[in-house]
Amino acid sequence: MDWKLTDDRPIWLQLTEQMTRRIITGVYPPGSRLPSVRELAAEAGVNPNTMQRALAQLEQDGLAKADRTAGRMVTQDTAVLDAVRRAQARVVMEQYIHAMAELGYTPAQAEALLKEEKL
Amino acid sequence: MSEQLIVCRGLSKSYGRKPALSGVDLEVGRGRIVGLLGPNGSGKTTLIKLMCGLLQPTAGEIEIGGLPVGVETKAQVSYLPDRMYFANWMRAVDLFDLFRDFYRDFDYEKAIAMCRSLGVEPHDRLKTMSKGTKEKVQLVLVMARKAQLYLLDEPIAGVDPAARDFILHTILTNYNEEGTVLISTHLISDIEKVLDEAIFLKTGKVMLHDTVDHIRETQGKSVDALFREIFRAQPLEGGEF
Repeated sequence: MDWKLTDDRPIWLQLTEQMTRRIITGVYPPGSRLPSVRELAAEAGVNPNTMQRALAQLEQDGLAKADRTAGRMVTQDTAVLDAVRRAQARVVMEQYIHAMAELGYTPAQAEALLKEEKL
Repeated sequence: MSEQLIVCRGLSKSYGRKPALSGVDLEVGRGRIVGLLGPNGSGKTTLIKLMCGLLQPTAGEIEIGGLPVGVETKAQVSYLPDRMYFANWMRAVDLFDLFRDFYRDFDYEKAIAMCRSLGVEPHDRLKTMSKGTKEKVQLVLVMARKAQLYLLDEPIAGVDPAARDFILHTILTNYNEEGTVLISTHLISDIEKVLDEAIFLKTGKVMLHDTVDHIRETQGKSVDALFREIFRAQPLEGGEF
């Protein structure tokens, strides 16, 4: 998975989002050790301080924990992981409903179509 | 250790009657990567040369690590000039020998390792190297020191875009973590991602000094876009281009 950084928003925020995605999609499995700040920064081609800030946000969100000896670990708390996954799913669904509304479908019709198409 | 690494107060420099810097007040902390950005002739190189003691200020003062620029600060400052100053008959390893003699913090093994990763053969003579390869050798010399302050004057101007990324990667993975890196350039979009802070110089004055993330947050655009906006060339007398 590559890092995609756009011009219009703070870099650390985009890094947090992409790290979050990596965690809930299992690129970094629950309980595993995250690469060091320096490794991640070099991989993304960003400043280590910026990556540090992104990881601090992950800790605040409960997705990662700093361990005194082993660096940072991904949380094993499935409730937290499920909640974050659910929040992201909500965003995807909102986008779907919004795009369908633009095409002239009501939310109920959009839902029915989704079932019909068996996607 | 003083808190700020670089402190400038009312710093001015004129060449004859022509002012290059006027009344620069600036503080830069430790462990930062800072972009010194400005169009041609805005004073970037003058400011860097004042920081490494190659020029004396006309007025005002400048301190590195709490000391006035001098012998002690030169031991802590690693400077990449904007032009080559090596004899063509030398090999990269000769330069490494020279730097090992001059600078206590120069890491010879690291320099050799960096050459390998940059694809430079350290036993080649400089006269056989392309411009871009010579720039890489220069970068190796500067980054193989464990300095407090790295002053890089246009480090990526002469190399192709692919090598640019590689050079930025080299800077990111090799600088001393407590040290600060000051990079002057006008190729902002290439280096924006690695910067903590940006300093905009315009006609010898600091017109903006802020963190990159804060600029993006408040302006909703990249530092590169903001730079283009601020420094858009103004036609004289309301004319058109």
